Amino acid sequence: MKDRVTYPVHIVFLILMLCSFISTSNAQIAQDDQIEQEKITFSTAVSKLKVRSLSAKGTAIEQLVQFDNPQKIVILQALVDGKLFEDRENGQIVIAEKKAEKFSIELAESGKNIGLVDNSVIKKIRINNRLRSKIRNIIAEIRLNSADPDQRLQAVKMLSKSINPASLKILKTLAETEKDSDVLDKLQLIFALDSLNSSDRTIRLKGIETLKQKTSLKAVNRLQALQEKNSEGQFIEPDAEIRKQAKSALVKIQSRLQFYHVTETIFFGLSLGAVLVLAAIGLAITFGVMGVINMAHGEMMMLGAYTTYVMQQIMPNHIALSLLLSIPAAFMVSGLVGIGIERGIIRHLYGRPLETLLATFGVSLVLQQAVRSIFSPLNRSVITPEFMSGSWQINDFLSLTWNRLYILVFCLLVFTFLLQILKRTRLGLEVRAVSQNRNMAKAMGIPTARVDAMTFGLGSGIAGVAGVALSQITNVGPNLGQSYIVDCFMVVVFGGVGNLWGTLVAGFSLGIANKVLEPFAGAVLAKILVLIFIILFIQKRPRGLFPQKGRAAES
Amino acid sequence: MLLKYFSNDKESGVVLLILAAVTLIIPLCNLIFSAGSVFYFSAYTVSLIGKYLTFALLALSLDLVWGYCGILVLGQGAFFALGGYAMGMYLMRQIGDRGVYGNPDLPDFMVFLNWKELPWYWSGFESFPFALLMVMVAPAILAFVFGWLTFRSRVTGVYLSIISQALTYALMLAFFRNEMGFGGNNGLTDFKDIVGYSLQSDTVRALLLMSSGMILIAAFMVCRWLVKTRLGRVVTAIRDQESRVRFLGYRVEMYKLWIFVFSAILAGLAGALYVPQVGIINPSEFSPLVSLEIVVWVAVGGRGSLYGAIIGAILVNYGKTVLTGVLPEVWLFTLGAVFILVTIYMPDGLVGLWKRKIGEINHE
Repeated sequence: MKDRVTYPVHIVFLILMLCSFISTSNAQIAQDDQIEQEKITFSTAVSKLKVRSLSAKGTAIEQLVQFDNPQKIVILQALVDGKLFEDRENGQIVIAEKKAEKFSIELAESGKNIGLVDNSVIKKIRINNRLRSKIRNIIAEIRLNSADPDQRLQAVKMLSKSINPASLKILKTLAETEKDSDVLDKLQLIFALDSLNSSDRTIRLKGIETLKQKTSLKAVNRLQALQEKNSEGQFIEPDAEIRKQAKSALVKIQSRLQFYHVTETIFFGLSLGAVLVLAAIGLAITFGVMGVINMAHGEMMMLGAYTTYVMQQIMPNHIALSLLLSIPAAFMVSGLVGIGIERGIIRHLYGRPLETLLATFGVSLVLQQAVRSIFSPLNRSVITPEFMSGSWQINDFLSLTWNRLYILVFCLLVFTFLLQILKRTRLGLEVRAVSQNRNMAKAMGIPTARVDAMTFGLGSGIAGVAGVALSQITNVGPNLGQSYIVDCFMVVVFGGVGNLWGTLVAGFSLGIANKVLEPFAGAVLAKILVLIFIILFIQKRPRGLFPQKGRAAES
Repeated sequence: MLLKYFSNDKESGVVLLILAAVTLIIPLCNLIFSAGSVFYFSAYTVSLIGKYLTFALLALSLDLVWGYCGILVLGQGAFFALGGYAMGMYLMRQIGDRGVYGNPDLPDFMVFLNWKELPWYWSGFESFPFALLMVMVAPAILAFVFGWLTFRSRVTGVYLSIISQALTYALMLAFFRNEMGFGGNNGLTDFKDIVGYSLQSDTVRALLLMSSGMILIAAFMVCRWLVKTRLGRVVTAIRDQESRVRFLGYRVEMYKLWIFVFSAILAGLAGALYVPQVGIINPSEFSPLVSLEIVVWVAVGGRGSLYGAIIGAILVNYGKTVLTGVLPEVWLFTLGAVFILVTIYMPDGLVGLWKRKIGEINHE
């Protein structure tokens, strides 16, 4: 009986279970269905972008935006940047990035990289300006809601390219909640520029007042436009008060621009100076401390630059790493060649500076021709790693290129490194002892021959390191060294032989002098003027800016 | 008479005789014999030998300051090029209206740059005597100013070498500029006539070779005479012990200055003879490398003997012609190796080697 009682319960239970199973599986199927459907539609939406008609393209873009897929921003951005392509072979939509002669492509819908292709395989998806500004607005709107202030700033910048009532409204909403100062700054500029178009005089004056504080090319152009006259010689802007205010704002901005201009000139000068210091500092050791005229110094730099090139050839996929590894490698290569030169040639010529000059010049010819025979006489291209390319845009009027900035820092690092070696290591002590009084140093048991070789190796090695830096800013070719050798000697002689600090000061001041003269005289004439200045300077102070004092200076 | 004159310096006598023979025989053979003959020298050979002779004159000028006064000038090429430019300017004016643009007053490159009139420093160059004067005056002025500044402030040794290199480097950069009015990158070329006669004719070539040879011989004699005079002896003393000479009361900087200016004039003459025979002058003659090559010629021949410089210049340049023709890659290797080997093993060059051999033979 018990069974009979429980039986229907079981059945009910069973049915319930079955029902629940079916319903869940139904739900499961429905869910799968939905995902499947979305996937299909997202990729169809993506593939709709390749329709020819521009209005259909607009619809496709609107459809695409409906999807909650983060990849959509990437695709839209690529479309604006002209990087979205259609694969001619299978009709897939791809994002292509130019690499050397070929294109590296990835699938638009998933971002999966699918390798390198020739440019004949892919076809660009074209849009017009109307669509472009529409897409910009869409992207900006998406980004304006981002939590990252950088993203918001980018979005504001993008919108500011095409100001219209719609975009202005979006920005006004943002301004109410925005806290980040950079974004607010940009927004203020946009509103101020817009307020100049207003019919209300007080709003316009207020706008000018705000523009006065901004360092922006747009602000300058807008304010200048207020000063302009039409063809009949009358001011386009009828309101004299507005003109006056705009003028005073312009003067204020201009004085700030002057400051930026000076800053920029000094930066360019310092970066040129850094190159000169880097190139000359190895010579300051070999020429300044040892008294050896090394005409092959430039070729040591050339070897360093070629080492960088070879390192990049060895690991083409790790450009940044190869550059870092090039520094010790170039130091070793040039240093060893330097030691070889010292042991083989210079050793026989101590005390005969003119002969040393000739022999090392012979070495430089041999090295140049060797490089020409091995690597061909053409310039080799060294790739600049990502982190060093581009520039640091401080505002519309001041931007500093990263590679120059890095070289400036690198120069100071090398200088400090060298100074520490000479000051704190045993080798440095011995070098200074030998350079001050060779015989006495010998009597004290310093192996002078070994010290000479090491010093020369050190100087040459530093030249090699300088070559790594040079490879980032000039062409790497057999004549790389030759073009710097005269400059190097000038820097060392100008600074005072045997004085590393003198070399630093001389390098930077010559660099700045060059850049200050350039706007007036042109690059070549500036260089000539600087050379003539040094030639005259040496007449007055034959021992340079900071001559060595004491008994060592007598000889 | 000649042999007696050279009785205590046989080598100079021999070199002089050979030079005289070359100067006379080669141009005559070129003019008298026809192309098929064994004794015929082609126009190319004549120009080539003429070029060697101008280089020998240039080397001689460097040996005077380096070998006898101890001033290693790494910018001797600048004086050579200035002389060459002065001659080039005359030759440009000789083209007249036969240039590509047919402008009777302006050289082609000025027409090309839209210049309206001749710059003031080009005036006078239509006259040959004036050009000849400038060939000597222009380098002399540069040498005087540079020497006056440097010697007076006692810049010596390697410092002087380096700033003289900077000088020629600065001049090279300046002459590369189109605004300078010297043809910029391309320099001056496409010459047609010299004193009314075509530069392409055999007679003119032969005469140019002859005048190169004769000026070289004359310069050689003057230099030999100069170093034997009191001035020459003081200059040699300055080379050996500058401060001692100064303490003896000589005005060292004046002696240095005059010998330097004289040497610059010789270099300028060499340049002026070089340009019509080669047919072009461009800023690369100012490059520091050219000046350094001159030093090698003298070092190979042996400095401080005058005739050594002549031998060195001719031998090295002959080697250069042969090697760059056969194995262009090897030339710089060879030049570099010559630099190194000569400075280490032959500090007195070929002349020193020869003297030592003679000394050994006499000793035995």
